[in-house]
Amino acid sequence: MCVATSKPKFQNEELRNLSLSGHVGFDSLPDQLVNKSTSQGFCFNILCVGETGIGKSTLMDTLFNTKFESDPATHNEPGVRLKARSYELQESNVRLKLTIVDTVGFGDQINKDDSYKPIVEYIDAQFEAYLQEELKIKRSLFNYHDTRIHACLYFIAPTGHSLKSLDLVTMKKLDSKVNIIPIIAKADTIAKNELHKFKSKIMSELVSNGVQIYQFPTDEETVAEINATMSVHLPFAVVGSTEEVKIGNKMAKARQYPWGVVQVENENHCDFVKLREMLIRVNMEDLREQTHTRHYELYRRCKLEEMGFKDTDPDSKPFSLQETYEAKRNEFLGELQKKEEEMRQMFVMRVKEKEAELKEAEKELHEKFDLLKRTHQEEKKKVEDKKKELEEEVNNFQKKKAAAQLLQSQAQQSGAQQTKKDKDKKKRWFCSR
Amino acid sequence: MDPTRRSPSPCSSRTPSPRTPPCGEMLGYVGIEAVLDQLKIKAMKMGFEFNIMVVGQSGLGKSTMVNTLFKSKVWKSTPPGLGGPTPQTLKLQSVTHVIEEKGVKLKLTVTDTPGFGDQINNDKCWDPILGYINEQYERYLQEEILITRRRHIPDTRVHCCVYFVPPTGHCLRPLDIEFLQRLCQAVNVVPVIARADSLTLEERETFRRRIQHNLRTHCIDVYPQKCFDEDVNDKILNSKIRDRIPFAVVGADREHLVNGRCVLGRKTKWGIIEAVENMTHCEFPLHERPADPSHLQDLKDITHNVHYENYRVFRLNQSHVLPRGPGWVNLAPVPASSPVIPRSSKVPGRVQEDSEEKF
Repeated sequence: MCVATSKPKFQNEELRNLSLSGHVGFDSLPDQLVNKSTSQGFCFNILCVGETGIGKSTLMDTLFNTKFESDPATHNEPGVRLKARSYELQESNVRLKLTIVDTVGFGDQINKDDSYKPIVEYIDAQFEAYLQEELKIKRSLFNYHDTRIHACLYFIAPTGHSLKSLDLVTMKKLDSKVNIIPIIAKADTIAKNELHKFKSKIMSELVSNGVQIYQFPTDEETVAEINATMSVHLPFAVVGSTEEVKIGNKMAKARQYPWGVVQVENENHCDFVKLREMLIRVNMEDLREQTHTRHYELYRRCKLEEMGFKDTDPDSKPFSLQETYEAKRNEFLGELQKKEEEMRQMFVMRVKEKEAELKEAEKELHEKFDLLKRTHQEEKKKVEDKKKELEEEVNNFQKKKAAAQLLQSQAQQSGAQQTKKDKDKKKRWFCSR
Repeated sequence: MDPTRRSPSPCSSRTPSPRTPPCGEMLGYVGIEAVLDQLKIKAMKMGFEFNIMVVGQSGLGKSTMVNTLFKSKVWKSTPPGLGGPTPQTLKLQSVTHVIEEKGVKLKLTVTDTPGFGDQINNDKCWDPILGYINEQYERYLQEEILITRRRHIPDTRVHCCVYFVPPTGHCLRPLDIEFLQRLCQAVNVVPVIARADSLTLEERETFRRRIQHNLRTHCIDVYPQKCFDEDVNDKILNSKIRDRIPFAVVGADREHLVNGRCVLGRKTKWGIIEAVENMTHCEFPLHERPADPSHLQDLKDITHNVHYENYRVFRLNQSHVLPRGPGWVNLAPVPASSPVIPRSSKVPGRVQEDSEEKF
């Protein structure tokens, strides 16, 4: 059995290399690892960024040999929004949970300043969800459905000239968050000689603007060669098609034009096969690993630093995360208490003020009441006086009336007597005549 | 190795995707399964780590056992100085080796516990061992919560603890029971009957049954744990293994000629005990399959997903009494005896998601 190469010292113990004298059997460890992963299934999430109508959905259909149901988007979306759809694919014993995220409405607005924002927010949200899960006390990471974006396919419009400024801005914002693979869409509209110039123009623009696209790994002997040869053809010029056309005596995916047939899987016609090789067959695992070890770690570091956690304090003695958290928590609690105090004081003050106001009002009311009472008394007195007068008058009147009546009755009597006397007189006169 | 045999893993297979995904029928070959090869290549490049701890009284053949298991001279089996003073405290010794087989590199760390159970008063002799196990978890935790983490955190956590039961032939002793009870909550334990060549086959069987009964009575859950059986296949395979626990082993590192073959064995006046090849002499091959090579990944998984998570929960809940720890080498004093962690958190698939407390 072969002896292993020496490894760096592990702590203070000697690392000895042993020679085995028989078959132990741990060479099945990689298989065990693979078995475990197979039973769990794989997650792969692709983000497709590109203008409406550039062929994102068709390309996805062609790549995975399936018809993912989707309706083509309209051109009058008010803003960019992301639509994620998940599918479960199975090939032999490998189960793949594929999530395809589409940017709907990208490049359709008149003002495209904020086009990149929803995309960046979406990517960050997935990182945030994973970070939250990782920071939980009781967590279950091994059956967490990983939604972080592993690869971003950026669809470049086949103008033949150069990158649009929207493309540059968007790619620059995304390159530190996700693995970008630029591709030229609808490549059957570009002639061969133009294509070469177009590709080199794009690559030089990317380099001069400092956009970091995904580098196919070349450190592994098994894949270094193929990755190196493929990298030369970046960005891949692809054609997507789900329709089949009869070529020779077999059916192949192709697009039929009056002037000829563009075969999707023909390497002379387009780079679709290269894209498929690179994306799925060779580097899928590396894409996932890069996302986890580079982009996610960067996000995590920034987020934690933002929250105020540090690894070492000014005395260069390392902090512990819990401790910083403790300190923050106490600080927060202290603030909370202070606020509570403030609120309480304000409340007390307000209550006092209100009380004073109310007292004032009460006093006023009392005064008014007194005034009213007095007025009332006076009025009453007046009225009483008047009443007395009236009564007096009435009495006088009654007296007068009584007197008058008496007089009248006397007068009547005497009148009656007088009348009688008159009458008698008259009678006697008459008689005397 | 049996290629059709899946290693039982505690991780539940699928979680439902956010939307109801249509199961796509693919109309042709896409090449998704190439990801398996990519995974393998990566794993081989990174190498594997495995940490095993052997616990048992001196003279039970621990070092010889380890040598036999890994077919190399991991330890020099030294008889303890019989005339010298026995050490008062238990000192753990670790040895790390890198072994390679067919391109697969394994960094193996073996921790020995000389002096375990050798004193007159063995009270709390498990504390240093539990302390060591928890210290490894603590190391990993400190690395994990750093802001700038390493790409690959070195894994020194004990994946498997092999407990050597002396071949008394009766049943488990109180020391064994105490120790196993405490250890099962913190690490994967595989009990074995040491020096099995001193028991006849019938004695061996009775001893085994009695030990199994003891384990059940005291609710000691050794590897493979029942609660992690995922499906019927796992149950069947694991129950076969559980039926044979504890395995009777004989360690030998000398070669002898038997029937023209060169085998590892122990030569006595009444015969040669074949340590590895012969199933009736020593249950090593059976022992080999569950406790070692085929189950290595499973042991690591359970350690990482269950035991380490339990420790983490306990530690984070305790954070408010944590004194300032200046770095991960000089750790703050870790409680020597592992706390009684509620068993409910053992099964990962059923972990309650109610405590959303972030730390």
